[in-house]
Amino acid sequence: MPSAVNLDPGVDGGGATIAPEAPRGRRLTAEHVRDYGIIVVFIVLFIVLSITSPSFLSVDNLLNIVRQNAAVGIIACAATVVIIGAGFDLSVGAVYFLAGVASAWLAVHVNVPIGFLGGVAVGLLLGGFNGLLSTTLGISSFLATLATSLVFSGAGAAITKGFPISVSDTSYGTLGTGGFGRLTWSIIVFAIVAIVLQLMLTRTVFGRRVFAIGGNAEAARNSGVRVDRIRVITFVISGAAAALAGVIDASTVSSGGNDSGANLVLASIAAVALGGTSIFGGMGAVWRTVLGVLLLAMIANGFDLLSIASYYQDMFEGFVIIVAVAVNSLAIRQ
Amino acid sequence: MTVATDPRVELQGLSKRFGNVLAVDSVSLSIAAGTVHALVGANGAGKSTVGKMVAGAISPTDGRILLDGEAVQFGSPREALDHGVAFIAQELALAPDMTVMENVFLGVEPRHGSFVDRGSMRSSFDALLASSGFEVPGDARVRSLSIADQQKVEILRALCRGANVIIMDEPTSSLTRDESQRLHALIRDLRAGGMTIIYVSHFLEEVLALSDDIAILRNGRLIRTGPASAETEATLVNGMLGHAASADYPQRKPPPPGPPLLEVDGLSRAGFLRDVSLTVAAGEIVGLAGLVGSGRSELARAIFGADPVDEGTITIDGTQLGAGAPHRSFAAGLAMLPESRKEQGLLLDQPVAANTTLPFLGSSRRIARFGWLWKGNERDDVRTLLADLAVKPESPNAMVKTMSGGNQQKVLFGKCLFQEPRILILDEPTRGVDVGARHAIHNLIGSLAARGVGIILISSDLEEVLGLAHRVLVMRRGAIVAEFGADPSMDAVMEAAFGLAPAGVSP
Repeated sequence: MPSAVNLDPGVDGGGATIAPEAPRGRRLTAEHVRDYGIIVVFIVLFIVLSITSPSFLSVDNLLNIVRQNAAVGIIACAATVVIIGAGFDLSVGAVYFLAGVASAWLAVHVNVPIGFLGGVAVGLLLGGFNGLLSTTLGISSFLATLATSLVFSGAGAAITKGFPISVSDTSYGTLGTGGFGRLTWSIIVFAIVAIVLQLMLTRTVFGRRVFAIGGNAEAARNSGVRVDRIRVITFVISGAAAALAGVIDASTVSSGGNDSGANLVLASIAAVALGGTSIFGGMGAVWRTVLGVLLLAMIANGFDLLSIASYYQDMFEGFVIIVAVAVNSLAIRQ
Repeated sequence: MTVATDPRVELQGLSKRFGNVLAVDSVSLSIAAGTVHALVGANGAGKSTVGKMVAGAISPTDGRILLDGEAVQFGSPREALDHGVAFIAQELALAPDMTVMENVFLGVEPRHGSFVDRGSMRSSFDALLASSGFEVPGDARVRSLSIADQQKVEILRALCRGANVIIMDEPTSSLTRDESQRLHALIRDLRAGGMTIIYVSHFLEEVLALSDDIAILRNGRLIRTGPASAETEATLVNGMLGHAASADYPQRKPPPPGPPLLEVDGLSRAGFLRDVSLTVAAGEIVGLAGLVGSGRSELARAIFGADPVDEGTITIDGTQLGAGAPHRSFAAGLAMLPESRKEQGLLLDQPVAANTTLPFLGSSRRIARFGWLWKGNERDDVRTLLADLAVKPESPNAMVKTMSGGNQQKVLFGKCLFQEPRILILDEPTRGVDVGARHAIHNLIGSLAARGVGIILISSDLEEVLGLAHRVLVMRRGAIVAEFGADPSMDAVMEAAFGLAPAGVSP
């Protein structure tokens, strides 16, 4: 006969104990590993690459890494905000594409400043649309943004008809390639976005409310938080960030509509997960996402410099993400 | 009646402990085959727990269960069913999008190789209907049926698996009067066919009409069991309540005379609330009594704006509160302590400070200006509040999930009190806290009222309501059915809650 173990409904379900160590005290928990493990991994990889590849540790190469990843970095920082609020935005790639197209079109047909501003404005609107779909209609944001991503990419393709819109005005390249030498505007914008969103989450009323709706929406509502409104704002932020990324990349190549943005969605979510932000909402940090972006970028760069085939690189990245996500789920179960 | 037949089910010294609480304390019962044996008791008396132990949903800490004289030990409801014991829970467990027939035969489908043999399924279903005398459309989707018909499906499911003992846990709590009558007719038919039924309920009227025997539980103990013919509603209420020892409650100052601070007028919500009106004065504690499911929490949530209402107005100090939204309530000085602290109240992964100040981030100039948090001020203010409430640990940075239940409850209080409300709705303020914290919370409620806060107090612990309230309103089936002044007799309140002719206002 089966024994009477663990049928006690008095404790929360699923509370299997994992840690073999003593139950309390200051010890290294999965939670610590999740929150700070990425720093250790980042530093170790940085040192390993510095030693094994002579060209890795140079200002040129390092700034290059950041510049190449500014777009995905901006998107990932905003995705962190959405995910902490227990949402998901799968349309960032499509918004990136459509905003780049709109920006180039406006730069050609109106002028360059309107091209920049208009591109970002498109993202604000599309983000708001996503947010309203998933709140007022009650569609899960995962599905809502999956659907809108088709709509947005389709709209972008309808404008380009498959041919990227190139901008002849050379000032259009300022955002992506101009700046202070190798410190391009795109790097500066990435840094500003990361810092602003980090402070927004930890230092503002809005940030508190994002954590609240993601951690326990019902409790947040009972505490007077307007859950839907906060959620819509997170999607507006995400849309604006994806558009900003699209405009930056369009500016870099002086043409809109080259990149469909399809790989940005998974790359940004991978970076968020690598940074230990809970996919279930309520926990996470932008600074760790930034480390996640840079870690993935470093892996790619290092494998290139060491001339290791890119399929090994994909495999390695996949394993790194698996480890990060496993640590995260361990931390939650504890 | 108690003709000496062999007991079908026998309980010997059955006990169940949840943590520190002895929910069922050595209950011994003998249930004759082919009878309806009711288990009655107030909320928390342990009647459902006994039912669930017999059904294998909960395993006993101590004691034995005998079926036909043989000791059995069920690891799951499935094993119990293999022994012919079926459980029909309050919340039905059917697959809503499958048909009645598919639900009835789920897991025991007649097969033809690895395919379901629909033809023989249908003939078995028809046979089942004929033998039970039930009428349910076999091809209807369960979702489209009334709750009463869904219960029939549950019963058919038990019958087709050869059950001869059925345990029903509060089966009529979500049924209309008519549907209850029909269920009772079904139960009588089942009994006539030799079925043994254990019927858990707190509706005394139906228990008296339906059962052969009634067992009364109080605080986990069996008070007595005997033939239903020897009981009346009055003797049952008496047995269920006993003479509870009076606890130490803070002294009540009568509220100062004045116009009502909160006026609720004609609040209705289809299926939940029927034309509820009440007033609360400054400094007054209004208790809401009633059985589980009588609409107390629904009323609290409707006043607070957490649930929508169809009709009615809520006025605070002469100003009507806009359509239901908790943020407006907080702004108007109306706070609510929700029933379930983990699901509805707290952010377990956040520190105490973030929990406490969440409702007031938009209104407190000291902790947030232009959307920017002043964390130093926040920490200082929260620390003062924690000291006032004697929360352990007294640290604003402590994670809520690491705290004990009593201290979490105090944090939840802190969240309502960070800016002192004018009206405070307390829904089960002492649920799941230990004796010490309970006492501290009672004193806190008393002192808030003394400072002029108007309080609506909901508790399943009637003694707590009577000990604290200046006035007691009794709810039943979504409406207020009786009103009492301070210190009414417990029996009078219970009678009103059970729907017996109340001493005060009639429904």
